Amino acid sequence: MIRLDGVTVRYGHGRHAIVAAHGISFSVARGAAYGLVGESGSGKSTVLRAVAGLIAHAGGRVELAGQAMPANRTRPQRRLVQMVFQDPYGSLHPNQTVDQALASPLRVQGLDGGEARIAAALREVGLGTEHRFRFPHQLSGGQRQRVAIARALIVAPRILLLDEPTSALDVSVQAEILNLLTRLRREHGLTMLMVSHDLAVIAHLCEHVGVMQHGRLVEQTTADALAAGAVSHDHTRDLLLSNASFDRRV
Amino acid sequence: MRAWLLDPAPASRRQARCGRWFRAWLGFSSNGLAMTGLAIVVALVLIAVCAPLIAGSRAATLQSLGDRLQPASRAHWFGTDELGRDIFARTVFGARITLTIVALVGAIVVPVGLVIGLPAGYFGGAVDAVLMRLTDIFLAFPRLVLALAFAAALGPGIDNAVVAIALTTWPPYARLARAETLTHRHAEFVQAAVLQGASRTSILFRQILPLCLPSVLIRLTLDMAGIIITAAGLGFLGLGAQPPAPEWGAMVASGRQVLLNQWWVATIPGIAIFVTSVGFNLLGDGLRDVADARG
Repeated sequence: MIRLDGVTVRYGHGRHAIVAAHGISFSVARGAAYGLVGESGSGKSTVLRAVAGLIAHAGGRVELAGQAMPANRTRPQRRLVQMVFQDPYGSLHPNQTVDQALASPLRVQGLDGGEARIAAALREVGLGTEHRFRFPHQLSGGQRQRVAIARALIVAPRILLLDEPTSALDVSVQAEILNLLTRLRREHGLTMLMVSHDLAVIAHLCEHVGVMQHGRLVEQTTADALAAGAVSHDHTRDLLLSNASFDRRV
Repeated sequence: MRAWLLDPAPASRRQARCGRWFRAWLGFSSNGLAMTGLAIVVALVLIAVCAPLIAGSRAATLQSLGDRLQPASRAHWFGTDELGRDIFARTVFGARITLTIVALVGAIVVPVGLVIGLPAGYFGGAVDAVLMRLTDIFLAFPRLVLALAFAAALGPGIDNAVVAIALTTWPPYARLARAETLTHRHAEFVQAAVLQGASRTSILFRQILPLCLPSVLIRLTLDMAGIIITAAGLGFLGLGAQPPAPEWGAMVASGRQVLLNQWWVATIPGIAIFVTSVGFNLLGDGLRDVADARG
C-alpha cells in the first residue's frame, strides 16, 4: 500500500541545502502498521510528511495504493492518505466547532450525506453528540485528539499517518488513544505509518519497525524482535537502552 | 436564555456561535472603560441617524445674521457661530460627516490591507517581496502630508479626504495581516486542510482570514481616533468637507478667529472630536482585552 523507493528530501537550495532524508526505501503492506523510530532530528517526521505530500521529495519515488505520487497531488490522491498530528492543541482551528472541522473535509472532497457522516465519525472515535458543537477550547487534550482522528477518517482514507499522536497526552489518555487507533485499524482495514520516539507506543500498534538516524534508515525489524532485543544496529541498541522501561504491554 | 447560551454542550451550530458571542460579551461588559467607549460610539451613531429629529432638518445650515456669535441660551444650547448658525445643530449633523468618513476609510483600509497582507504572508518569496516593498513605499510617506498633497491635487471634498486618508492608513493593516498569516500558515490545522485537498484560496479565506480578522478590526477601532483627527485636520485646513457642511474640523477652523471673545464657537466641535476619539479608543482597548483573554 505504501512503497518508498530511494526517497530523498532536501530543505533549502544549493550549497545551503540540508538533506533531511537520504534514500529511504521501505514498504508497508495493505492493513499493516509500520513504525518509524529515532531521535528528534533523525528525519522520521520528514519521511512522514513526504508520504503525506506536505513536502515535495527531491529524489526517489513515493507510491501509494499502486500509484506514484506526483509533486502536486489531485483531490482523489489527497483523499487516499490522511494524517493525525502530534499537538492536539495546534491541529484544530481555534475558531471552528468540531462540527465545522468535520464538515470542511466533506465539502472539499465533495462527499454527500454530511450529517450522517459527521455523527458516525464522532460515534466511532467515542465522542457523543454533546461534543459536536463545541469549540476546541471546550475539549480536553484527549478529546481533541479524537476529533483530529475523526477528521482524518471522515473522508475514508486507506492510509493513516500518525505523527507522535500520543506524545502530548498524559499516560492514561495515551493508552485510550492507542486502543482506539488499534480498533479503527482493524475495523477499517487501515494501513498505518506511525512516527514516534517512544518504542513502547510503536510496539503497541506496529508490527514492523524502521529505525532512523541522521536521515537514514539504519535498521528494519519487527516489533517482536525489538521486544526480544534481537537487533543488529548499534543505534537501535542505544534506543532500546534509553527506553529502559520498554514494555510491549504499555 | 442565559443557560441556553452558556451551555457547555450546545446542540446546534447556531447555539454554539451565540454562546461564543455571549461569552465574549460577558467579558467585554465587565470592563467599565470599554462599556463607556461602546456607549459613546453607540450614542454617536444614534445621534447621527436621528440628527433631523434632534436638531431639525435644516437647522445646521440655517443662517441668521442677526443672531451672530450668541452665547449659549435656551434657543441655542451651544450658542451660534459667525453666521448665526446654531452650533448644537451643526455639531449633531457633524456626527454624520465624521461617521461617514470613518466608515468609508474602514471599508477601504481593511479589505486592501487583507488583500495585500494575506498573500504576502502565505505565499512568501517573490509575492511577499513585491507586496511588502509596495507597502513600505506607502509607509514611508508622512501621513498628513501625503493626505494633504492628495487632497490638494484632487481638489478638496469629503470623498477625496477619504481616499487620501485611506491611502496613508492601509500599510500597517497589510503588515498586521501578513504577520498574523505568518504565525498561522504552518499551523497543523492548515496542513490538515492541505491534506484534505483544500485549495490555497480556500485555506487563505476559510482558515487564515478568520484568525487575522479580530486583530485587524481591533486595530481599526484603535485607529478610528486618528482617522477622525486627520479628517478634522484636513477640514481645519480647508481640504476636507466644504462649507456650509458642518464638519467638526472646519467648525474649529472658523471659530479660530473669535477664539478669545466667543470661545464656544471653536471649543464645542473640539470637544465633540475629543469625546468621539476617546470613545473609539476605549472601545478598541476593550475589544483587544476580550480578544486576548480568549486567545
